[in-house]
Amino acid sequence: MDGLANTVQQVFNEPACGKNQGKSDKERKKGCTKALQPGAAAGGCAFDGAKIALQPITDVAHLVHGPIACEGNSWDNRGAKSSGPLLYRTGFTTDINETDVVFGGEKRLFRAIKEILAKYDPPAVFVYQTCVTALIGDDIEALCKAASARFGRPVIPVNAPGFVGSKNLGNKLAGEALLEYVIGTQEPEYTTPYDINIIGEYNLAGELWQVKPLLAELGIRVLACISGDARYREVASAHRARAAMMVCSKAMINVARKMEERYAIPFFEGSFYGVSDMSEALREIARLLIARGAPADLAERAEALIAREEARAWTRLDAYRPRLKGKRALLITGGVKSWSVVAALQEIGVEIVGTSVKKSTKEDKERIKKIMGDEAHMIEDMTPREMYKLLKDARADIMLSGGRSQFVALKAKVPWLDINQERHHAYAGYDGMVALVGEIDKALYNPIWAQVRRPAPWDTETVS
Amino acid sequence: MNAPATLRDRATGPATKACTVNPLKMSQPLGAALAFLGIAGSMPVFHGSQGCTAFGLVLFVRHFRESIPLQTTAMNEVTTILGGGENIEKALLNIHKRAKPAFIGIASTGLTETKGDDVAGDLRLIKDAHPELDMPIVYVSTPDYQGAFQDGWAKAVTAIIESMVTPAATVKGQVTILPGCHVTPGDVIELRDIVTAFGLSPIILPDLSGSLDGHVPGDFSPTSLGGTTQAEIARIGASEFAFAIGEQMRPAARALAERTGVPTRIFSSLTGLGAADDLFASLSALSGRPVPDKYRRERSQLVDAMLDAHFFFGGKRVAIGAEPDLLWALGAWCKDMGCEIAAAITTTESPVLVRLVADGVRLGDLEDLEVQAAGCDLLITHSHGRQAAQRLGIPFLRMGPPIFDRLGAAHRVIVGYKGTRDLVFEVGNIFLAHGHELRPDGEGPDVREEHGQGSPVGERACASPGHPDIPPGRLESP
Ligand code: SF4
Repeated sequence: MDGLANTVQQVFNEPACGKNQGKSDKERKKGCTKALQPGAAAGGCAFDGAKIALQPITDVAHLVHGPIACEGNSWDNRGAKSSGPLLYRTGFTTDINETDVVFGGEKRLFRAIKEILAKYDPPAVFVYQTCVTALIGDDIEALCKAASARFGRPVIPVNAPGFVGSKNLGNKLAGEALLEYVIGTQEPEYTTPYDINIIGEYNLAGELWQVKPLLAELGIRVLACISGDARYREVASAHRARAAMMVCSKAMINVARKMEERYAIPFFEGSFYGVSDMSEALREIARLLIARGAPADLAERAEALIAREEARAWTRLDAYRPRLKGKRALLITGGVKSWSVVAALQEIGVEIVGTSVKKSTKEDKERIKKIMGDEAHMIEDMTPREMYKLLKDARADIMLSGGRSQFVALKAKVPWLDINQERHHAYAGYDGMVALVGEIDKALYNPIWAQVRRPAPWDTETVS
Repeated sequence: MNAPATLRDRATGPATKACTVNPLKMSQPLGAALAFLGIAGSMPVFHGSQGCTAFGLVLFVRHFRESIPLQTTAMNEVTTILGGGENIEKALLNIHKRAKPAFIGIASTGLTETKGDDVAGDLRLIKDAHPELDMPIVYVSTPDYQGAFQDGWAKAVTAIIESMVTPAATVKGQVTILPGCHVTPGDVIELRDIVTAFGLSPIILPDLSGSLDGHVPGDFSPTSLGGTTQAEIARIGASEFAFAIGEQMRPAARALAERTGVPTRIFSSLTGLGAADDLFASLSALSGRPVPDKYRRERSQLVDAMLDAHFFFGGKRVAIGAEPDLLWALGAWCKDMGCEIAAAITTTESPVLVRLVADGVRLGDLEDLEVQAAGCDLLITHSHGRQAAQRLGIPFLRMGPPIFDRLGAAHRVIVGYKGTRDLVFEVGNIFLAHGHELRPDGEGPDVREEHGQGSPVGERACASPGHPDIPPGRLESP
């Protein structure tokens, strides 16, 4: 068994994964990747997942080793924000050609690394393996090792070629790369009893910045966010944090757990979406830090902050209550967002007609069940046609989903809101919740709906 | 690939660089998928791992702002090693069950090409075993590590012609149009109007205007909506005449001529006065009808627009990054207007580029373009160029997919008299808005230098937005 297969196996065996615990030994061996249905699958690949997880490290060069397909068709399509360096937005790829396929792409890769270091001088280069270069047997681990030695700069192999599995697996393999090659390789300039890591938060649309000021007010320092708005150095010295929060479902659970194992950094799972979840997250962070030796008054200070922020948020949210109460929303998203957004919307009286649980773990589902009272509204899998019908029949007033299914809603002339990667608004924290509700309100009450649903004057028969 | 040597001679990019930085290029299968989307009731399928499909989907969705049907054979590590026949079979059966398409187009990817699957052979076996798969299934080989987007499009159209078009008795007045991938749905609509105005009835292959022109259908469809129908494809052999748009379509046009004997002609571009004249004169000759008044009027408007605008174009230095045929259409038009092509970067080899009068056309990426575009007056490329334009501080025009940060990409029209006129105004307005005015503090010579050209300071002042002098010549225009 080669290294990659080993790592994949290991990731599948993740003991902290709730989904895994419910499985028999044999099932567990098969891994989380449901056998994909040819002709009925549309998700991203492991490479995609790895890139999503690591690209928000803003000062390093992300080099994709493969033909143009992997990077050329996808770069520059995510809204992870940076407060400083912009190198992560530059697309680097070896763009291998036929000759490389025949003779191997390692030479080109080595030269590419050299060029990047000479031209852009990043603190590190991340090299991503893809399908074709994996298939022709390019050994990126060995090559990165040689390049690191030769150029005296970390060159990190990210071995997650698309065909080994899903996006989610790719997230975890990215985490493995960090654990193996990055975390623990540098020391922070100083440490405080208030240092935490945030794991699995990508700072999409700048969401981390809606949370950081609140933490800062409590004196809590984010030693490393893995990986939103991160610098290489921060991730490399993340092993000195006192506690960690794990965001976004199970994407990087292996990082959180192994850091607990190796460096005794306790973690909890939480969410920044929704008023009560946000407060809960602050409480947990304070609790863990105190348990690790931070002064006990942190808890009181956190409570005071929570009380103040909640009051402020509710005052602002109350303005929307009469407008949104009883509105019905359909939620097509995955993982953590399902339950945290469900909870958030219910807090202001929006009724959830259904939420997809396709990507949710068992725990996620339990949580949804608890929040919504029953399972009736959990949608395992819904074809776009069914979605369209549901919306067309006016069983929901608004759909919240990722960008890919937006047109199902829009063509049914139903308001839609992006709550996935490509969104432009930040919905984290108390301010984010107010922003989300504001966006829902804007979408629902836009005057175009009445106009676009009106039939053309010559179409008296049509009713929409 | 007729003139690789010529282009290589002029190319200095890829030979010396191992790392592509900020890719201009998109991969072949994507181009093929887009062509397949121009067929009615179609489901394009990538034979490869699922990530490629997901990326393609996202890219098209962001550009067209439409639902995009696209499927994958979902190859994984194991099935790749064993060979993909079984996955293709499963995919076809699943698609048939779920979406009931009228047409399936399969494009291979780098992964399956590296392994070397015999897809054509597999398809024959699958069709024999499953008579229920009675829709046309067209396969095209498009490894990601060869060519670029426009090659994939061209190959797909050629494959459709080779597998579905048969000779037929000529129908008077019927014309086949083979647009290249740079021809937008809006362009196709404009072309159809023009051709129809001559009393001709066009069949367009592929026809993105039906499927991706941004309309709201009455019902949901899991396949493409609109596009060239199979009945139309069956009638293509009966056309009196066929014309292709873009050099990329030469093999498709040739295949059509060889199979059906229909005389074909290639228009390398339909943008610009001369190019449009060529089109209208040809249509007039073919149909035996004079150019309709509407278009005579449009021609005159274009001439007027060129007269009004030329002050702002003369000597302007333009940097363009685009696929060969779009690069040619825009580059030749810029030259027509008096601009200088200071940088031209493209994605794949094409004989048309030898004709482009520029410092040199290179195969390259946006990093190359950015280096050469420093000090230019305009940067033209797809949306990914926005970062470079910002860094350089020069105006930016988005052209060619993907355009994901502007609305209406599909409706953009640059063909014919009207399309060219609108383009003249659009670009002219950009130049107008970014014109340099002279300052009293003696910065004049710098302005001249900045533009890297010899136009006298006085002339520049005359042409600056602050002084909209109307030259005498303008009044004489018809
Ligand atoms: S599936 Fe493989 S070839 Fe396709 S995008 Fe992912 S890594 Fe690249």
